[in-house]
Amino acid sequence: MKELKKRKLDFIIKKAIEMKKPFLGICVGLQVLFEESEESPGIKGLRIFKGKVVKFKQGKIPQIGWNKISSNTIGDGYVYFVNSYYVAPDDKNIIESTSDYYVKFAAAVKKNNVFATQFHPEKSGEFGLRILKKWLTC
Amino acid sequence: MVNLLAKRIIPCLDVTGGRVVKGTKFVNLKDAGDPVGLAKYYDEQGADELSFLDITASYENRKIIMDIIKKVAKQVFIPLSVGGGINSIETIRELLNAGAEKVSIGTAAVKNPNLIREASQKFGSQAIVVSIDAKRKNNAWTVYIKGGREDANIDALGFGKKMEKLGAGEILLNSIDMDGTKQGYDLKLNKKFSEELNIPIIASGGAGTLEHIKEVLTEGKADAALAASIFHYKKYTIIDVKKYLKKNKIEVRI
Repeated sequence: MKELKKRKLDFIIKKAIEMKKPFLGICVGLQVLFEESEESPGIKGLRIFKGKVVKFKQGKIPQIGWNKISSNTIGDGYVYFVNSYYVAPDDKNIIESTSDYYVKFAAAVKKNNVFATQFHPEKSGEFGLRILKKWLTC
Repeated sequence: MVNLLAKRIIPCLDVTGGRVVKGTKFVNLKDAGDPVGLAKYYDEQGADELSFLDITASYENRKIIMDIIKKVAKQVFIPLSVGGGINSIETIRELLNAGAEKVSIGTAAVKNPNLIREASQKFGSQAIVVSIDAKRKNNAWTVYIKGGREDANIDALGFGKKMEKLGAGEILLNSIDMDGTKQGYDLKLNKKFSEELNIPIIASGGAGTLEHIKEVLTEGKADAALAASIFHYKKYTIIDVKKYLKKNKIEVRI
């Protein structure tokens, strides 16, 4: 957040989202859209969505590797994750896909012009490229 | 809830002078020494990650491997890791900027453990893999450095734990005893590390059959299996490995 603020990007991102410009967030680019994170207590996020970012409590941390997602729009497939934290949105309706890592968590959220993934579609092979293509063409 | 994370299969490409050495037995590749072509081939086969090992690690070769990573990253969209002689923040930064997802650090982690702390703080733990060459010694394992040529006289398990504390995101665990034997991974070594550390373990050294890979992912409890010659020389493809693992009820991305 400090770096975003330094470059005034916090303002620019919020404005762009308000103006309904297509927005794609990846990994921390998803997490930063929420109110707060256990990773940085006391630091406010962009607060586009209500809810917070919480840490995995079980398993090897970070979660590193290919995990299966179930998506409403793209279908099921394996994507590449690298994360110790995940988002817990207040509004469950924005959850676009979910995955399991000892706990069921939001793998991606979507609302209007905002699409953001916890996983890395750019490192998720063919399936990841399909996700990006879908975003580009929707 | 369970852990559905797929076990990873990682082919290792030994690179020198811009060419992949080994791997010359591919019949369906025009140029098996071309790193980009080989990377694409492995990607199509379902590799979960690609590991590039700079076996010369000279100044000139570093530039060449950076160029290779740049080219591969433009065409292959799975995680890439690079290892071999990496010993500075600057080199790590250059490799990550070139398109590598992770770097693996071996000798430098032993000589200068602080590099692991600094690098993981700068680039995140996920980008920093500590590569440990372990050799059996008095009912335990000792760390070898300089490409397996020198005993550092450090207990490997203790060293692994220390690396985790300093911020390593994964351990690439290579058994010197089994490396090149095709007699199977060191299962005890991998099991020990996997049980005592809380970061992923990538098993390396000794793969000769499909069963060896299965064993190290089950009995050995490793999160990923790295292999070189089994893919380069043998009749097995990555698809063969994954089909076999799936048949044996192991979660794989297929």
